[in-house]
Amino acid sequence: MKKIIMEKEAGRFCENKDIAKKLREEIIEPTIREKEPVIIDFGNVSGATQSFIHALVSNVIREYRDQAFDNLLYKNACLEIQKIISIVYNYMQLD
Amino acid sequence: MDEKWVNVNPAQLALTAALALKVGKENAIIQSQNIPLSARYLDRMGLYNFFSTPSPFRQYRKKEPAGRFVPISIIKNGDDQSKFVTDIIPLYHLSEKNSRILSYIVGELVRNVLEHSFSEDGAVVAAQYYKESNRISFAICDTGIGLWKSLQIWHPKTDKEALSLALTPGVTGTTLELGGTSENGGAGLFFIKSIVKISRSYFVIMSGDSEYTLLKTRPDIKNRLYSDPFKDHYAFSNSISRFNGTLVAVDLKLDSTPEFQKLLDDIGDIYDSAVKESRRKPARKPKFI
Repeated sequence: MKKIIMEKEAGRFCENKDIAKKLREEIIEPTIREKEPVIIDFGNVSGATQSFIHALVSNVIREYRDQAFDNLLYKNACLEIQKIISIVYNYMQLD
Repeated sequence: MDEKWVNVNPAQLALTAALALKVGKENAIIQSQNIPLSARYLDRMGLYNFFSTPSPFRQYRKKEPAGRFVPISIIKNGDDQSKFVTDIIPLYHLSEKNSRILSYIVGELVRNVLEHSFSEDGAVVAAQYYKESNRISFAICDTGIGLWKSLQIWHPKTDKEALSLALTPGVTGTTLELGGTSENGGAGLFFIKSIVKISRSYFVIMSGDSEYTLLKTRPDIKNRLYSDPFKDHYAFSNSISRFNGTLVAVDLKLDSTPEFQKLLDDIGDIYDSAVKESRRKPARKPKFI
């Protein structure tokens, strides 16, 4: 199991997609590939852009589907971030 | 130039500075015979830094910019972007809600320029807070490839069509695939236009020969979001001077910004059907001969 403390990685407002991409490629994808859970902790993070969340998880959902849904765990996400994550989840399952 | 007044906004400043950057400071001059005192604003916003013409306003008491305006600034990479969002926006002392909305808009718009414009000069930004009307004007401009080239994968015939595609949810310049690529979902500008519309404010985008303005929705009219920007209440012109880059300006009335969560609910509700609608191929019709 891996844990990402988002405040430490991307600050209190998550908008830098370079960081999202790095986290996805270096931590999230390899862990999900191994069918291990990843806890993404948004404690103390006030907001995030849709682009940031898209860069963080969209490709994991596309590539690993149920494996991703089962093992991607979001902790301490405020309602606003929860809604953005939900929007990305929804449109990644439209096809 | 008027002898007494200079009326400029962040959009005009960002555009002017971006064009001066493009041609180089040594080739950029400001020509004017009678410069009114109110033109000190141009100096305060840093416009003269982009021109070889020296500022005629050397000695005056400069107002503290914090919370009032952001002088013309250049953002060239993700670190500059994060620094801008982290350091500049809190200076406005906005409510937490408005600060998040502004961070969101700035974050998405800057990222668009860094990823899609291929501008050598990065993003040129400027902002102004108008206390009396409690609104913020923010503008971002680049002299990169423009929307038409950026969206070539969709084969837009005109700048107008490219502009429409740029505002349509699910459209990104990097793939035709539903859901976008791992880095681009094609939702950034649609989200921002939606935020502005729900806030009953203005949004302008200009590229090539085309300029689209999302007009303010009157308080007595129910707000509806559309995937097609030309279904909104808008103004359009394709007779502007050709501009080989992109300018986006947002004028956000802070009194009428809804709760961000509510706003995301509204956008989320429309997004799925909007993407489906934009991807639905028109039904084939019978051929009667």
